[in-house]
Amino acid sequence: MKVLVTVTDVAVVDDEFEIDGLDVDERYLTYELNEWDDYAVEEAVRIAEDGEDVEVVTVTVGPERSEETIRKALAKGADRAVRVWDDAIAGRELLDAETKAELLAAVAREEEPDLVLSGVQSGDDSFAATGVTLAEKLGEEWAAVVNQLDLDADAGVASVHRELEGGVEELTDVELPAVLTIQTGINEPRYASLRGIRQAQNKPLDVQTLGDLGLDESALETPLRWTATYEPESEGEATVFEGGADETAGELAAVLREEGVGQ
Amino acid sequence: MTVLAVAEHRRGELRDVSHELAGAGRELADATDSELHLAVVSGDVDAFGEALVREGVDRVHTVDYGEEFNHDVSVQAVEQLAGELDPDYLLVPHTVNGLDYAPAVAERLGLPIVTDAVDMAVDGNLAVTREMYGSKVETTIEVDADRAVVTLRPAEWPQAPTGGDATVEPFDVSIDESAVRSTVTGFEEVAGGDVDISEADVLVSVGRGIEEEDNLDIIRDLAEALDATVSASRPVVDSGWLPKNRQVGQSGKVVTPDVYIAIGISGAVQHVAGMKGADTIIAINTDPNAPIFDIADYGIVDDLFEVVPALTEQFGG
Ligand SMILES: Cc1cc2nc3c(=O)[nH]c(=O)nc-3n(C[C@H](O)[C@H](O)[C@H](O)COP(=O)(O)OP(=O)(O)OC[C@H]3O[C@@H](n4cnc5c(N)ncnc54)[C@H](O)[C@@H]3O)c2cc1C
Repeated sequence: MKVLVTVTDVAVVDDEFEIDGLDVDERYLTYELNEWDDYAVEEAVRIAEDGEDVEVVTVTVGPERSEETIRKALAKGADRAVRVWDDAIAGRELLDAETKAELLAAVAREEEPDLVLSGVQSGDDSFAATGVTLAEKLGEEWAAVVNQLDLDADAGVASVHRELEGGVEELTDVELPAVLTIQTGINEPRYASLRGIRQAQNKPLDVQTLGDLGLDESALETPLRWTATYEPESEGEATVFEGGADETAGELAAVLREEGVGQ
Repeated sequence: MTVLAVAEHRRGELRDVSHELAGAGRELADATDSELHLAVVSGDVDAFGEALVREGVDRVHTVDYGEEFNHDVSVQAVEQLAGELDPDYLLVPHTVNGLDYAPAVAERLGLPIVTDAVDMAVDGNLAVTREMYGSKVETTIEVDADRAVVTLRPAEWPQAPTGGDATVEPFDVSIDESAVRSTVTGFEEVAGGDVDISEADVLVSVGRGIEEEDNLDIIRDLAEALDATVSASRPVVDSGWLPKNRQVGQSGKVVTPDVYIAIGISGAVQHVAGMKGADTIIAINTDPNAPIFDIADYGIVDDLFEVVPALTEQFGG
């Protein structure tokens, strides 16, 4: 059995930042493994640990920088990685969910996984649509926002819980092969062990260009254009207390007492 | 021209977001001189159809097929409706179920999809406002095409007022059962348990800023000093440091206390969905740009490990 996990490194913005053109100035961005993908990797590694002959492959659309993040996924137990990137992709301002899914689908068609696990969303652009779009491109089944997975590979069924709003879960059986988008909380992601980190350095990380995947630049075409980025005007009218902790705590305590708290 | 908005329901109830979709749909229809059509798929469609007749709605299409939401059925039904009505804009809620079928519909119809819209404007093209980096910045995405699927963030648009005289029409679908490869087998309530945070008057709520389970002690001390209940954002619950029934938010509980103290919580939209109804919101966070300050009444921009013990001390803790 083969499980393909989509892994992305997401940009996190510093507390203070400046916008440069369409994006936050690179100086104020740091990159980390997407929170939701971390849970997806863990779920895949657990499937591999539970079964015989399960291969876990990660796939990333991202520049060379993202290899640091990919190595983290490898250190946690993925077997090998594919990274898709070239100058044409780097030149796009906006990689929307459809474009990402197109690139991931090309890899999935080569890899032919039995199961694809994807994070519910990326923490930076939060499109939350890549996984389901990928499923549709592959003509496979899917389930979005999965927080429990029982896999019956022999019967070809994934029994999942989908976490709906307001503390309700939907129980659904999905035919394999399928794409599942994984919600945080489905498991407890492990930390990479030192041994894992060492081993990850020697695991295959294969870089593929559009051409390698049999695609051309038309795969990157989208009618969506990113036209503006700005700091939202704060609608907030918060009274912010200034000073040292004792001072601010004192002022806040006065407010709380006025509200009748702690008396 | 036509705007088509697809309503959402669950376990026999139309969800509020359906009426918000009608409100947003009317605004978009006015801006584009279009008719506003609503659709509802599965469930008690007769009752739902009647309830969707609201001011500004021109027609309601009901698809009587199955009891509960099933994405394979919804994809086929909406695809066929779109084939018939040829809408310029297809609006779907940005909810867990919306996300479970809208991208597939867009892909099948060959339409671009823009998700989690918080605003829309039409000036020739449709321009969609959305947020990035956990609500720290807003972006505009312009749709350089005549048609698109847009998912709308709940609680951002006014609900369409009751009234109106839309016609309700059953829509005949032909569902290919062999393409229905997922089966909803039931529902499960979670988040029960000893404490009901939705009943609390004062909540001391803790987020990822607390860093480690052991550090929760300073939160518990504060809660004790204030005679308050401890609640949390999702990462704290995901880590297993507090039980699920303490989670505030979209997938947790909706709370409406007199006072909500958000400590080391950024104010992600899914969290805010659960607590914005609190009377007084207080935020303690090191990041002056954290979105929680947009909805807070009082704030302290400082390290919680300094402020929380000092606050506890103020109350003799
Ligand atoms: C479908 C879906 C459903 C979801 N449902 C929910 C839900 O019900 N509830 C929920 O909460 N989330 C939910 N989420 C997750 C949500 O998107 C956020 O990931 C989550 O709310 C973030 O929690 P947080 O604010 O504690 O953490 P972060 O966003 O990581 O914020 C931590 C904050 O702590 C501050 N901080 C760090 N150190 C300190 C310090 N020493 N002193 C003071 N401040 C400090 C930081 O500046 C930051 O603002 C859901 C997500 C999805 C996709």
